[in-house]
Amino acid sequence: MSTVYNGEGSQSDAPIVSKKVEAVISISFLISFLATIALGVVFWQGGQPQLEGIFLAVGLLGIGVGVVSWGKYLVPQGPFVEEREELESDEDDKVAFEASLARGTNELTRRKALTRLLALSLGALGVIQLFPFLRSLGPIPGKTLTLTDWKPNARLVKPDGSAVKVTDLEVGGVLTAFPEGFAGSAIDQVVLVRPALEDIVTRPGRETWAPQGYVAFSKVCTHAGCPVGLYQQLTQQLLCPCHQSLFDVLTGATPVFGPAPRPLPQLPLKIDSLGFIRAQAGFDEPIGPGFWERA
Amino acid sequence: MSKDTVTNKTTDWLDERLGVAKGSKKLLNKIFPDHWSFMLGEIALYSFIVLLFTGVFLTLFFVPSSKEVIYHGSYAPMRGQKVSEAYASTLNISFNVRAGLVMRQIHHWAANVFIAAIVAHMCRIFFTGAFRKPREMNWIVGVVLLILAIVNGFLGYSLPDDLISGTGIRIAFSIVLSVPVVGSYLAFLLFGGNFPGTAIIPRFYIIHVLIVPGIIIGLLGAHLAMMVRQKHTQFPGKGRTNKNVVGIPAWPAYAFQAGGFFFLTSAVLAALGGLVQINPIWLYGPYIPYKVSYAVQPDWYMGWLDGALRLMPSWEVVFAGHMIPTVFFPAVALPGVTFTVLALWPFIERRITKDNSIHNLLERPRDNPKRTAFGASVLSFYVVLFFASSTDVLANTFNTSLNFVLWTFRVLIFVVPAIVWFFTLSFAKETALVSDAGKRKRFQIISRTESGEYISTEADAYSERHEDQIRELPEALLGHHDHQGSKDLVGAQSSTHSGVRGVDAIFRDPHRSRGKDPKEASDAANA
Repeated sequence: MSTVYNGEGSQSDAPIVSKKVEAVISISFLISFLATIALGVVFWQGGQPQLEGIFLAVGLLGIGVGVVSWGKYLVPQGPFVEEREELESDEDDKVAFEASLARGTNELTRRKALTRLLALSLGALGVIQLFPFLRSLGPIPGKTLTLTDWKPNARLVKPDGSAVKVTDLEVGGVLTAFPEGFAGSAIDQVVLVRPALEDIVTRPGRETWAPQGYVAFSKVCTHAGCPVGLYQQLTQQLLCPCHQSLFDVLTGATPVFGPAPRPLPQLPLKIDSLGFIRAQAGFDEPIGPGFWERA
Repeated sequence: MSKDTVTNKTTDWLDERLGVAKGSKKLLNKIFPDHWSFMLGEIALYSFIVLLFTGVFLTLFFVPSSKEVIYHGSYAPMRGQKVSEAYASTLNISFNVRAGLVMRQIHHWAANVFIAAIVAHMCRIFFTGAFRKPREMNWIVGVVLLILAIVNGFLGYSLPDDLISGTGIRIAFSIVLSVPVVGSYLAFLLFGGNFPGTAIIPRFYIIHVLIVPGIIIGLLGAHLAMMVRQKHTQFPGKGRTNKNVVGIPAWPAYAFQAGGFFFLTSAVLAALGGLVQINPIWLYGPYIPYKVSYAVQPDWYMGWLDGALRLMPSWEVVFAGHMIPTVFFPAVALPGVTFTVLALWPFIERRITKDNSIHNLLERPRDNPKRTAFGASVLSFYVVLFFASSTDVLANTFNTSLNFVLWTFRVLIFVVPAIVWFFTLSFAKETALVSDAGKRKRFQIISRTESGEYISTEADAYSERHEDQIRELPEALLGHHDHQGSKDLVGAQSSTHSGVRGVDAIFRDPHRSRGKDPKEASDAANA
C-alpha cells in the first residue's frame, strides 16, 4: 500500500491528496452514522436479525475505514527509528539487586527452623483448603460406574414410560427402552432389536437371553459413551453417530468397525405370561466407556 | 510552557498527581514495525473484546440450569416440549430478546474467529522465529492462552444444552473418565456425580463466564506488557538492526490504524453474526440422553480431537485389574503431548541450535528450512485430523464406504506430514538460495540537519555513520508534520525544542514513494 503522506513528504502535492482522503473519510463516517441511525430504527421497530447485523456491520465498518485511512494517509508514517535499550541490567544494578534480595532470603536461610515451620503451615493450609472441593464437588465414584438400575424382572418401558409388549416390534424393528421407573435414564438406556430368530448367533451362556428374537443391548457406546442410535436394518448393525463405530447385532453387538473396543453389554430378556418383556437380570458387566477400575 | 488547552489542563492535573507525562511520552512515541502478519494477534485481541461485550449481554438473559421446564416461547415447533431452562433461555435469547439472536451469533462467530486468529498468530510467531530469546516466556503465555481459548470455546458451546452439545458433554465425561488412576474421581468431581447429573451446566457456566475469562484477561495483560517491555520484533531490511525498531509511532499513526482495525474486525463479526446462521439449536432440539442426531461435529477448533478419536484403533490396555481406555490416547495423551511440546518449543529448538543470543530480527520461513519444514509437517498432521472429523460426511458426499474413508485417513495421517516435510524443506532451501531473497525492502535514509538541510544516504551506511545522531521521535514526527491545521503546533514545538542537537531520520521505502526518487523528493522539500 502506498503512503500518500509520509512525514518527510513531498509538500507540493500532499494537501491535494489529503483533501481527497479527507473526503473519503468524511463519507465513511457519514455512512457509519446513517447505518447506526438505521440500526436504531430497526431496534425501535422490533428488531430483525439480518438487518441488525448489516446495519451494525456498516456502522462499524464506516468508522473502521475512516479511522484506519486517517491513520494511514493523513498522519506521519515514518518509518521512524527507535533504539532498543538493553533489556539486561548492568552489572552494578544486578549486584545491588542481589544484595537487596539477600536481605530477605538470608533471613529465611538463617532461621531455618522458622522457615521450615512456616513452609509446613502454609503447605497444610493449602492442602486442607482443597478439602471442601474434594468432598463437596462430587461423590466418590465407588461402584457407581459398574451399576445400572436394571434389576431382575424389571419390565422394559419406552421413553414415555409405557411397558414394552412382545407385540410391539415386527421382525427388523427397533426401539429404545428403560427399566420401569427410569424412563429417559442416560445410564440405563438399552436398544431393543428384533432380528429374525434364526439369524441370531448366540454366544455361549446366552442361549436364553433372546426370547422370540428380542435382543437388548446397552445403548451407551463402549467407546466414548454416545447413544448408539442408528440401526441399519439391512446389515443388522448398530451405528454410533459420534465416531462411527459399528456393532453387529446378530453376534451379540460385537464391534466390527471403528474405534469401539468392546461389544455393547447385552441385557438378558424374558417374556412374562402377560406378554411384557422383562429383564432376567441386570448387565453382567459395566456399561459404557472404559475407566481405570474397570478390568 | 505549553498552551492552555483543555487537553493540557487535564494532563497537567494528572501529571501533578501521578507524574504521567514521562512514561506516557515514551508510550506515545513507541514504534510499531509494520507488517500485515502483525495484525493476526490484533484480530485475536479484538475478537476477544467483542466476546466480552456480547458475552455480558448474553449473561443477562441466559439461565444456567438443567431444571426441566415446559417451553412456552415464541418458537412454535418447540412449544409444549419439556426442555432444560438453559435450552429454553437460549431459545428465548434467539427469538424473544431484542437483538438477542444477533448477539448470540456474533458471540459464537467471534469465538471461532478468536481461536482461528490465535492459531494464525501463533503460526506467524513460530515460522518467523519470534519466540526465540528473549521472548520464550511470552510464547508460553501464548500457548496457555490458546488452551484457555479452546477450553472456553468448548464450555460456551456446551451451555445451550442442545442435542449436539449435550452429546459433546457426554464425550467429554468419557474423556475425563479415561484418565488413568484418577479418571473416575475427576469425572465425578467435575460433573458432581455420574453422567449426566444436574451440576454440569451451572458449573460450565461459571467457569465459562468468570474463571477462564478472568485468567485470559490476566494473561493477556502479561502478554501485552511483555511485548511492550521487549518491543516488537521486525523483519530484516536495510536500516533495521537487532538493536532498533523501525516503523510507525504509537501516536497517532498506530493508534489510529489499530483502533480503526478494531472496528473493521467487529464489522466482519457483526456481518457474520447477522447474516450467517451459526449453531441453530432450535433445529437440533434439546439434549435428550438417548437421542442422537446424524453428523455430530464440534466447532472447528475441536475438530482435530474428534478426528483423532475417529482414527484411533480400538486398542484398550488392560493389565493387573486396571484399564487404560482407548479414548485416553487420542483425547488425553495427544493434546497433552501437543501442548507440552508446543509450550516447550523455544527450549527444544535452543537445545538443538545451541543459540543463546538475543533475536529481535525475524527470520523469513525460508531462512530456516528445517524449522519451517517441521512446523508445516506437524501442522499438516492436525489438518488431516481435522478433516478426519468428518469421515461420515465425506463417505456420504463421495458415496464411498466409511471403511474406505477411515483407512484412507489412517494412511494419510502418516503420509501427508512426510510429504509436507519433504516438499517444504526442499522448497525453503531453494528459495533461500535466490539472490536478494529477503532483501526486497531497500531503504533510503532522508536526514535533515539542524540547519534544515536534507541528506539522502543508503540505510546501511547510515546506520554505521549516524547511529549516534538519531534524535528522539516527537521532533522527528512533528518537524515533518505538515498537513493542514498543524502548522501552529509545529511552530510552537520547534521553538520549544530549538537547540536540540541531531537530525531527523526518516527511512523511506522506494516502493512506498510512488516511484519518486527520494533524492528528488528531498530536493523538492528543500526548495
